[in-house]
Amino acid sequence: MKLTTTVKNAVGWNDTDLNERFEQVQRKHVIATILTVALAVFWVSPLWGGITTAFKTQSAFISTLPLTPPTVDQVTLNAWAVAWETLSPTLWNSLIFTIPAMVFSAVLGSFAAYGLSMVNWRGQVALMTAFILAIFLPKQGILLPLSRFWNTVDLEGILTSLGYFSLPFADPSHTNLIILIITHSAYGISIATLLFRGYYLTINHDIVEAARIDGAGIYAIYRHIILPLSYPMFMVVFIFQFTQIYNEFLYALILVGGSDPSAGAPVTLALAELNSGFSQNWNNQMAGAFITAIPTLIVYIAFGEQFAKGVEY
Amino acid sequence: MSAINKIKSTLENGSSPEEHSKEGGIRSYLRSDFIRSMPFWLPPTLLMGLFVYGGILWNFVISLTDFSGVVRPEYALSNFDFEMYTRMLGDPSFHDAARNTIILLVVFTLLCLLVGLLLAILVDNLLKWQSILRTVFLLPFALSFVVTGVFWQWMYNPEIGTINTMFNLLGLDVLALNWLGNPSLRLGAVMFALIWQYGGYAMIIYLASLRTIPQEHYEAAKVDGAGFFVTYWKVIIPQLSSASVSIAVVIMVFSLKAFAWLYTVFGSNPGPAADILGVMMYRVAFSANQWAYGAAIGSVLFVGTVMIVAPYLYYQYKRGEL
Repeated sequence: MKLTTTVKNAVGWNDTDLNERFEQVQRKHVIATILTVALAVFWVSPLWGGITTAFKTQSAFISTLPLTPPTVDQVTLNAWAVAWETLSPTLWNSLIFTIPAMVFSAVLGSFAAYGLSMVNWRGQVALMTAFILAIFLPKQGILLPLSRFWNTVDLEGILTSLGYFSLPFADPSHTNLIILIITHSAYGISIATLLFRGYYLTINHDIVEAARIDGAGIYAIYRHIILPLSYPMFMVVFIFQFTQIYNEFLYALILVGGSDPSAGAPVTLALAELNSGFSQNWNNQMAGAFITAIPTLIVYIAFGEQFAKGVEY
Repeated sequence: MSAINKIKSTLENGSSPEEHSKEGGIRSYLRSDFIRSMPFWLPPTLLMGLFVYGGILWNFVISLTDFSGVVRPEYALSNFDFEMYTRMLGDPSFHDAARNTIILLVVFTLLCLLVGLLLAILVDNLLKWQSILRTVFLLPFALSFVVTGVFWQWMYNPEIGTINTMFNLLGLDVLALNWLGNPSLRLGAVMFALIWQYGGYAMIIYLASLRTIPQEHYEAAKVDGAGFFVTYWKVIIPQLSSASVSIAVVIMVFSLKAFAWLYTVFGSNPGPAADILGVMMYRVAFSANQWAYGAAIGSVLFVGTVMIVAPYLYYQYKRGEL
C-alpha cells in the first residue's frame, strides 16, 4: 500500500496505465497470500491436531473434533505426565550421544575440508567424490557390517579393562551411548566436510598466502585464520547435525535394539515403542511425539536460518 | 627417527610452494602440502572410509555367503556365489518391494518437485510474512520420521482421525476412506505424508535459486506482454533446472533408503502394497535372520544410489562445481 501511494504521488494520479499495473501487482500478491496462508494452515494441521489431542481429557477426546482446542474444563496434563515418565530417561540418552557426535563430526569435517582445500593435488576431486557419495549412502547397505563390527569389538570389555566403570559417573548404558557417538560421528563426517569445503572455497586465498609468506605453519593458519572464520559455519553444521543425529532411528534400532533406557536407547526408539503398544492411546502418543520433537523444535525455531543454510548445501 | 624429525621441522617451518622446486628428493616431498596437510584430512578420511566404504565392501562379501540364522558367516572363497542375487529374481516379495520403490522414486520425486516449486513461487510473491511461512513449510523437515509417523497415523485414523472427520464435516463422506488400511490407497497415503515432510525442503532449494534470478528477467517478460503464468513457465522455471536436479537426486536417494516413517506406522511389514526395499532389507535381515539375503538387498540399494548420484556428480564436475 505504502509503496503504491509513494510511487503514485511521485508519478501523478492521472497515470491510469500505471494504476492498472499496480492493481495487477496487488492482485497477484493478494492471491499468493491467500493461497500460501491456506497451505500453511494445512501444513501445521497435523501438529495442531496433535497438540489439541495431547491436552484433551479422555471424554473430550471422544466427544470433540480432532482440530478443535479443548475448553478449560477439558484440559488435562495427564497425557503429558504419562508420556514424560516413559520418554524422559531416553530423552537424556539422546542428548548425551547427540551433542558429542555433533561436535566430533563437525570438527573432523572442518579438519578434512581444510586439509583438502589446502592441497593442490590431483586425487583431490576423487577423494571429494568419495565424501559426497558417502553423504547419500543408504544405511541399509552397511547395516549388517555395522552390527557385526560392534559385535566383534567388545567395547564393554575394553571399557571394563580400562577401569571406566569404576569412575563415579560411569553407567552401563554408556557402552551403547559411546557406540552411538562413534557411529554417528563417522557417518556425519561426509556431510560436515562438504558444508565446510563449500565455505572454505569462498575464503579469500590471499590471506592464507600472506600468512604462509610470514612463516605461519599449517596449524597456525588453521588456528588463527581458518578457525575464527569458520564459527558461523560451525553453527550451521552443528544445527544440521544435531537435528540429523537426534532424529535418527535405524542405527539405534540395530545397535541398541529395544527401548530400554538403561541400555542407552534414544527417545526415537522409545516413541516408536509407545506408538506400537497394543492399547493405542492417542493422547499419550501425541504428547509423546511432542516431547520427542521438543529439542529439534527449539533448535529449529531458534536457529531457523542456520538450519535452512545447512539444508541448502 | 630422523624422518619424524624432518616431518616435525617441516611442520614447524612453513614454506611457500615456490621453494619446493629448489630442493630435491624426500625433503621436498615431506615439505609438500600433501604431506603437511595430512594430519588434517587423513584421520577423518580414514574414519569415514572405514565405516562407509569398508562397510559397503564387507556387506558385499556377506551377500556372497549363505549366512543366516545363528551360524556365523564363513568367509571362504569356495563358499562365495551370487545365489542371493538370483534368489531376488524369483522372490515375489522382492518384486513388490522393488515396484513400490520405483513408484516412490518416480512419482514421489515428481510430486515433491511440483509442490516445492508451487510453495517457492507463492512464498516468493509474498509482500510480507515470507520468513514465517518459509519456517512453517520447512518445519516438518526438521522433525524425526518417528514423530511425523505418529502424527500421520492420527491424521489418517479411519474413524476419528483429522482427515476423515474433516471430510465428514464437509459432507464428503465418500472420501472418508481407510487410507492406511486399504491396500490400494496405502502407498498414495504414504507419499502424501512424505510430501508434507519433503515439500518444504524442495521449496527452500527453489527459493534460493529463484533469488539468484535478476529482477530484469521478470521486467523484460512483462514488457513483452507475458502474464504471470507465461513469465514463470517460459522465463523463470527453465532457469531452475539445476535446482530441480539437486532436489530430485536428494529425494530419489531418500526413496531408496526410506525406513523410519514406514516402520513407525506399519512395523517391519507394511504388506505388499507399501513394502519398499529399505524396509524389506531390515525385515529380511533382522526379523527373519536371513543375513546374506538382507546384505544382498543392501548392496542393490547401494548400487541404485550410485546409479542416481554418479551422473549427478559427473554433471557437477563438468560444470566445475565439484
